[in-house]
Amino acid sequence: MSIQIGRRQALGLATGLAAGSLAIPGLARAQAAPVKIGLVAVQTGPAATLGTHLRDGFLLGMKHLDSKLGGRATEVLPIDDELRPDVAVTKVRAALERDKVDFVVGVVFSNILAAIMRPVTDTQTFLISTNAGPSPFAGRGCNPYFFATSYVNDQNHAVMGKAAQDAGYKRVMLLVPNYQAGRDSVAGFKSEFKGEVVEEMFTPLTQMDFSAELARIAAANPDALFTFMPGGLGVNLVRQYRQAGLQRIPFLSAFTVDESVLPAQGAAAVGFQTGTSWTPTLPGEQNARFVRDFEAQFNYVPASYAAHAYDAAMLLDSALRRTGGSLADKGALRTALKAADFRSVRGNFAFGANHFPVQDFWLAKVAQRPDGKFQTEHVRKVYENVTDPFAAQCRMPAG
Amino acid sequence: MSLTLLLVQGLNGLQLGILLFLIAAGLTLVFGVMDFINLAHGVQYMLGAYLAAYFAAQTGSFWWALALALPAALLVGLVLEVLVFRHLYDRDHLAQVLATFGVILILNDGVKWLFGAAPLQVPMPADLTGGIPIMDGLLYPHYRLAIIGGGLATAGLLWWLVERTRIGMLIRAGATNAPMVAALGIDIRRLFMVVFGFGAMLAGFAGVMAAPILSVEPGMGDNLLILAFVVIVIGGIGSVRGAFLAALLVGLVETLGRSLMPDLLRLLLDASQARQVGAALASMLVYIAMAAILAFRPAGLFPVRAG
Repeated sequence: MSIQIGRRQALGLATGLAAGSLAIPGLARAQAAPVKIGLVAVQTGPAATLGTHLRDGFLLGMKHLDSKLGGRATEVLPIDDELRPDVAVTKVRAALERDKVDFVVGVVFSNILAAIMRPVTDTQTFLISTNAGPSPFAGRGCNPYFFATSYVNDQNHAVMGKAAQDAGYKRVMLLVPNYQAGRDSVAGFKSEFKGEVVEEMFTPLTQMDFSAELARIAAANPDALFTFMPGGLGVNLVRQYRQAGLQRIPFLSAFTVDESVLPAQGAAAVGFQTGTSWTPTLPGEQNARFVRDFEAQFNYVPASYAAHAYDAAMLLDSALRRTGGSLADKGALRTALKAADFRSVRGNFAFGANHFPVQDFWLAKVAQRPDGKFQTEHVRKVYENVTDPFAAQCRMPAG
Repeated sequence: MSLTLLLVQGLNGLQLGILLFLIAAGLTLVFGVMDFINLAHGVQYMLGAYLAAYFAAQTGSFWWALALALPAALLVGLVLEVLVFRHLYDRDHLAQVLATFGVILILNDGVKWLFGAAPLQVPMPADLTGGIPIMDGLLYPHYRLAIIGGGLATAGLLWWLVERTRIGMLIRAGATNAPMVAALGIDIRRLFMVVFGFGAMLAGFAGVMAAPILSVEPGMGDNLLILAFVVIVIGGIGSVRGAFLAALLVGLVETLGRSLMPDLLRLLLDASQARQVGAALASMLVYIAMAAILAFRPAGLFPVRAG
């Protein structure tokens, strides 16, 4: 009996000590505790490559910043959304409530972003998308706690519509998967292309062999093909297009040939065109350093997913520099973020009223580098300092 | 639509059908002979493609990759049989479905862990890179002709094996009445293992053949598996001959439907509606065909099991 009491006392003493020792740094937490970033990047399923690009881009940014944002030590918590909205919400909620993250950054896919938008911004935590940019969040649904360092999804398609128009193509054929993003792609392209759309072909998302569609393209013999085939779909289409000898018909695309799939497309994609906000070849010391160090550390060529995430790290650093490392005043933090006082790897970069970038868009072409690897190379600027078409619908509420 | 284009689409359908046959042949044997639902069959197709990608990268030659991937696919099939599937033969279909679905998840993540999630490519064999001009401005790749040739040769070999050899006789007997075969003193377990390993190798062969035209990625077999099940149900479970005809039928319906449907619907609807409805209808066409065939022949085109 006496032993038991002794134990209890000992336990009580230990608990008291532990609480006391925790309480002291707790007071100093505001300054000494690290800034915490929840980095949402899919690591499950075929789309994991995109999540890896995103994650590595952000981590390289943190490395260049010496793991400090605005001089404060920073901790990055990787979150795998598994490309499932329910999982994303659960994990992000845990990061907000248990780990008390100060920012949520990342997100490859729009449906994941849509799912975590309210849970994050309702807690007055800033959410920085480095890729997904669904148009509602740029227009009526714009949010004072949401910023995007990427683009509005539709923009890359519209860029190719404009590029096709500028190139003087009269008859263009469209080929997209039969789902929402595919239909948006067609709408985006047609918003800028004024010539004749010979044929719009919608294929099931699961279709891997395009021989039937390629035969129809050959039969119609258009001036150019515009397509949107992300991931493995694009690998199949690009290789089959080349194998069918159709490369004399210019191949225009969005999210179809980029560094995330070029290792698998290889020589088949050379000369194929894409609309983009960034390529590894864009001029500027910032970009050269990013690409050089990225390849040295991760041993593959970065895609725009990595570049936009790298910019997000630089953006956060610039904002915390402005606020002197303070996160307490949300209004001041928002103003600091909005200033976008950093050198983007893209060159021109500013935030519009809807917190989406005002930036340049490029027509780019796939080429093989002297070291044998493949990358996109910018050809000409299609838009300069362009604001997305949805910004006008945004009435940004006060935080 | 011109006649040439129609013929080209027919050829495309034939080629898809051949690829489907290579997958479905193994599936129908395993299902028919062993009464075993193997959802992991599509994963074995994926493994074949990954093995080809691995060996092609190591040896630099497609033919070496083919030669090495086939025994490797066989080996993987046998290992899976011994480790997992063997213990499921006496269970009901639900247990088999659950366990083989688990194998799908494990192997899909396994290849991602080993090779990364990014799609891989297998270069075409150097001597088959060109194509023949088949219509204005369209090449039909030599390699796709090789797939058709290889598939037809495999079909011939299978026919000979199943109809003309002793092991084929046992397989047919097993498909009709497995307990009776066992009662006659045949080691049915060993027969099952042979059939299973052979089926895995056929799926692996399909994967190797598909690798130079399709991207090699995790989960690449999952969609084809559904079509392969449609094929064996239409063809009659356990019948290689049925699987062959059904695979060609499915390949043609799928390809011609996709290319003709929007044009046909344009006669009835306006252009944008015809495109949307046509695309949706084309992807259902195979299943509509299956339902129609099963309505008249509930056991498939060539039923094996005698009631």
